[in-house]
Amino acid sequence: MLFYLVKRVLYTLPVAFGVSIVCFMLVHIAPGDPLTSVLPPDASAQLQQEMRRLYGFDRPYYEQFLRWFGRALQGDLGTSIATGRSVTSELVKAMGNTLILAAFATMIGFVLGGLFGFVAGYFRNSFIDRFASLLSVIGVSVPHYWLGMVLVIIFSAQLGWLPATGAGPGGSSDWAWDWAHLKHVVLPAITMSVIPMGIVARTIRALVADILSQEFVGGLRAKGLLDLGVFKHVVKNAAPTALAVMGLQFGYLLGGSILIETVFSWPGTGFLLGNAIFQRDLPLLQGTILVLAMFFVVLNLIVDLVQSAIDPRIQRS
Amino acid sequence: MSVSPIVSVRDLTVTFKGPPDVHAVNGVSFDLAPGEVLGILGESGSGKSVTLKTLLRLLPEKRTTIGGTISVAGQDVVALQGRALADYRGRVASMVFQDPALALDPVFTVGQQISEAVIRHEGVSKAEARKRALEMLERVRIPSPARRLDAYPHEMSGGMRQRAMIALALACRPKLLLADEPTTALDATVQIQILLLLRELQRDFGMSVIFVTHDIGAAVEVSDRLAVMYAGKFVETGGVRDILRDPRHPYTRGLLAANLHGAEKGTRLEAIPGAPPALHEAPTSCSFAPRCRHAEERCHHALPPVVPLGEARNVRCILAEAARQDA
Repeated sequence: MLFYLVKRVLYTLPVAFGVSIVCFMLVHIAPGDPLTSVLPPDASAQLQQEMRRLYGFDRPYYEQFLRWFGRALQGDLGTSIATGRSVTSELVKAMGNTLILAAFATMIGFVLGGLFGFVAGYFRNSFIDRFASLLSVIGVSVPHYWLGMVLVIIFSAQLGWLPATGAGPGGSSDWAWDWAHLKHVVLPAITMSVIPMGIVARTIRALVADILSQEFVGGLRAKGLLDLGVFKHVVKNAAPTALAVMGLQFGYLLGGSILIETVFSWPGTGFLLGNAIFQRDLPLLQGTILVLAMFFVVLNLIVDLVQSAIDPRIQRS
Repeated sequence: MSVSPIVSVRDLTVTFKGPPDVHAVNGVSFDLAPGEVLGILGESGSGKSVTLKTLLRLLPEKRTTIGGTISVAGQDVVALQGRALADYRGRVASMVFQDPALALDPVFTVGQQISEAVIRHEGVSKAEARKRALEMLERVRIPSPARRLDAYPHEMSGGMRQRAMIALALACRPKLLLADEPTTALDATVQIQILLLLRELQRDFGMSVIFVTHDIGAAVEVSDRLAVMYAGKFVETGGVRDILRDPRHPYTRGLLAANLHGAEKGTRLEAIPGAPPALHEAPTSCSFAPRCRHAEERCHHALPPVVPLGEARNVRCILAEAARQDA
């Protein structure tokens, strides 16, 4: 087990290095000069040259990469061209906001998804099952930015109950635990929750249906358990798989969503990434992509390790 | 029979709604006295397991139609619903399943699964129920029972799991134990231990047992009476010795002839030709006739008569009728 753990962790190093090269190269493939968006259109050629030298854009790519990579290893991802603030501090703030949104979205998604899944699994092929299955199919397949806009139109534009954009009053991006801030998270969280809701509902429905078809359920009834007693057994049998799926879903939401965060101007990592692309903010773009990519590398590592720890049959030697 | 029976089944029919419909049990009647052991013998698909599961009403409610009457310890089992049905299960009648690896919940310990039943039926405290679970594990002679109380089913061997299953089934002292091929999934060496244990516990607790199997040896080992089942009917019933010594139904004879015990090495085992019928319709003639070498014209047109031959001995065949007239 320890050997496997060490090996699996070491495997991530070349992956991470490869990912960082791709992140660096990717943004250079895009046409256009990052400096044109910050410099005034009538800037002199000399000033442009000066700025290019200052940001290091005049150096060969491999040298730019090595300097960037070396600093990245020390936690310094450079300075945002658009705001002049350090990329790391921008990212930390954005990740905090994404975490808040993801936490609310998973909470809603898991509760509803779990409920639909259990009901559908218990009353398989009934009207309730069809309804719950329909909801979860819609949840997985509806375009989320579209759902977000529809919610904004209904609850913000028409009814005026909830704010349409931002994470706090007056466009503030600092979070606080009060109603003024909380009401900003309602619509984006509902929009985002639709994804894990659908997936969790389908997973749990299949799990519950499978468990109920197993012989031991007959054994439970044979000893006189009532429905509630049987339910307890179903829950405990479903828990490991359901938790694994939920953990993975929470992980994905933590990565942020460019579309949903952009629709609601939610200042998280997805929104940051979108802005970096539009403003050709190279250091910010590289940094954000790198951190998100690393996040998924680590997420996969954790899932692999946890699975092999829970299930002794997964012996990958 | 002088004592009033604990189980009384009359004209039991069980039909599974299709498509296609399956008439699994087609008119089964029998009585079982307190402390008596009835072995139901039959091949796969003969309806023996369905009969047993119907006695505990374990078949899927929506797809199953039950006809006739079942009375166990004075309760009308067919009419039981909801809480009353749950009260009946496990306390009046309980079941030992064929494969304990499948019939026990894999994520609860054996102790939890036994205590749960005790708490459900007797409303005792957790500690009290755990004590009972320990007693039961000792009773079925599981080695180091205190440690096994906290073991999960997969941590036990097949024989030990079946012992635990028996402990669970008997934890609330049921009057009737239904054993559904309890030795089929076990190793040959373990089978006999489980049979001996069942017989011993049956005597100690004085309960009635219905033991379903396709293994004649096992049925003979534990039963007082035998019922041979074919195509959803009892074709022959009687005391174990009477049937072994003097089988009257051609199917029973075929079964006994196909037995490995006492077969001579090198000789060919006798097999019954053909296969059992698919019961998509309720039989209107003798179901065994197509495979029977004694079949006559009338066997294919009408149900054979039930011929009583002495006390609690019935044969569903025209041959028996002829034999009785001769006598």
